Amino acid sequence: MSARTEPKIIQYFLIFIALAFFGLFIVLPLVCVFHNALAKGWGIYFKTLQDRDAIAAMKMTVVTALIAVPLNLIFGVVASWAIAKFDFKGKNFLLTLIDLPLSVSPVIAGLIFILLFGAQGLLGPWLIAHNIRIIFAMPAVILVTIFVTFPIVARELIPIMKSQGNEEEEAAMTLGASGWKTFWLVSVPNIRWGILYGIILCNARAMGEFGAVSVVSGHIRGLTNTLPLHVEILYNEYQSTAAFAAASILALLAIFTLIAKSIVEVAVRRGI
Amino acid sequence: MSIEVKNIHKQFGNFQALENLSLKVESGELLALLGPSGSGKTTLLRIVAGLDAVDKGQVLFGDQDAQNQKARERGVGFVFQHYALFRNMTVFDNIAFGLKVQPRHLRPSKVQIREKVMELLNLVQLEWLADRYPWQLSGGQRQRIALARALAVRPKVLLLDEPFGSLDAQVRKELRLWLRRFHDEFHITTLFVTHDQEEALEVADRIVVMNKGRIEQIGTPEEVYHNPANPFVLSFLGNVNLFHCRLAEGKAFIGDTALDVPGLSVDHPKTAKLYVRPNQFKISRGPGKGDALKAVVEYVNPAGTVVKVNLKTENGERIYVEISQDEFNQLRLIKSQQVYVSLKDVTYSEYVQDSI
Repeated sequence: MSARTEPKIIQYFLIFIALAFFGLFIVLPLVCVFHNALAKGWGIYFKTLQDRDAIAAMKMTVVTALIAVPLNLIFGVVASWAIAKFDFKGKNFLLTLIDLPLSVSPVIAGLIFILLFGAQGLLGPWLIAHNIRIIFAMPAVILVTIFVTFPIVARELIPIMKSQGNEEEEAAMTLGASGWKTFWLVSVPNIRWGILYGIILCNARAMGEFGAVSVVSGHIRGLTNTLPLHVEILYNEYQSTAAFAAASILALLAIFTLIAKSIVEVAVRRGI
Repeated sequence: MSIEVKNIHKQFGNFQALENLSLKVESGELLALLGPSGSGKTTLLRIVAGLDAVDKGQVLFGDQDAQNQKARERGVGFVFQHYALFRNMTVFDNIAFGLKVQPRHLRPSKVQIREKVMELLNLVQLEWLADRYPWQLSGGQRQRIALARALAVRPKVLLLDEPFGSLDAQVRKELRLWLRRFHDEFHITTLFVTHDQEEALEVADRIVVMNKGRIEQIGTPEEVYHNPANPFVLSFLGNVNLFHCRLAEGKAFIGDTALDVPGLSVDHPKTAKLYVRPNQFKISRGPGKGDALKAVVEYVNPAGTVVKVNLKTENGERIYVEISQDEFNQLRLIKSQQVYVSLKDVTYSEYVQDSI
């Protein structure tokens, strides 16, 4: 027996509204991206992607993610381990601090780094004196990316670790395992899906970040542009096919991320 | 190996969990720490295991001070209330864990580990579960696997934290008999925490009754049950009825009724509290030779090995009595029936200072 008592017409109407929203706001834009990207055929599509600046932007994006994601992974595991498994003074403060990048607008995040490392900034004169370039160069792009993706892994792991409690670790210790072995043999396997999930989300954000990176990168073509910035530049120059081709790469990344995410979710539900 | 704790203090924030507590568990003994929640029994167990640190005091294994030994160096087998099996490992790997993490020069070979694990699985009669994961097991099976895992490292002492606390009544009974038999066979010094008095009375060699971070009484099950040191122990170990009375001329005056109190000698009159177990009453249908409390049957429950009877006296006090099925068959008690109650014995009496 179905518990639903609504007339069929209302059911269909509600389903229609949901699908219409989904189509209008998700499917249509996505189709649009690929349609525009391929408007002049596959040949032009691949050619625009092989453009020197486009390749440089992709490289930049990948390198940024390759540095930011592992660093955040290490930080995320360590911080969530400390927060979930131990009690210490200032724990709530640390929790709030971890969330800070999520509540700050990415543009502000970018500005913070300008104020810190820019020519007029706090450390600016010192950096100039030592001939170290951070702002309008790759280091700044990487730094702001780390900043905006900072909470993602930790936020994913803290609830998992908290719900699992300490008992398995304590059991391992009474059985003679060292802290190191306990960590690798008991704690990490218990959170491996959470780690993977965190990596996927962190990577998506690192590759897609626009606002903060836009402020600090200086938009130097072939040097400090990431893929999202590259899209913007092309679009502003009315090279819409090229812009959409680059955008399609980001869209593919998003789709891939979603697929990976749902695979992980299924795996977690099966309790593998 | 014996375990001794000396003058232990432990505080969590403002909460005094253990207060100047000393205790010795003799080698080969099965000792129960019994008390209500918050009495500090689990804290004491965790301190012995090295999972919590003491604020003050000493823990000794044999003659050796364990102060500088970490949990992993103490050689204790700890069984957690919620099993704490490693969820990402099979039953086999769970039991093998303690052997696999040993430093290389001490670690047994793979073949030896396999033999040892199968031997332990055999001991807990669960060989056929070796390849399962913890979530595929029932509560009772998990608990036995947890015990096998703790035994794998040949612990000097076994520490069990509410080992049967989250199991159904039937499984719990089976497992505690199993634990008793296991202990009789291997004689590992065992300290186990429970809030279930029946469990403690049935399994332990000695019972330590705890309350508010202190020890109220230590003794064999028989001692703590029949000769409780104070009203707390008395009421924690089974049901008890309390009477306020005046003792004089060898009798207890409850209201106007003068009850005979066997085994209680009174030289001069005083006010007292009498604690009487449910099985220490005699119920009669008619008034006997001496005085008896007049009461009315409120409720009778003959289901069980004893018959449980709730009575209400003339003064409105309620008494809970247990009588044998034989007695019940002779008395034929029914609800609202008038009966006479006298005392066969008194478990504990406490004198109250007379106010003038």
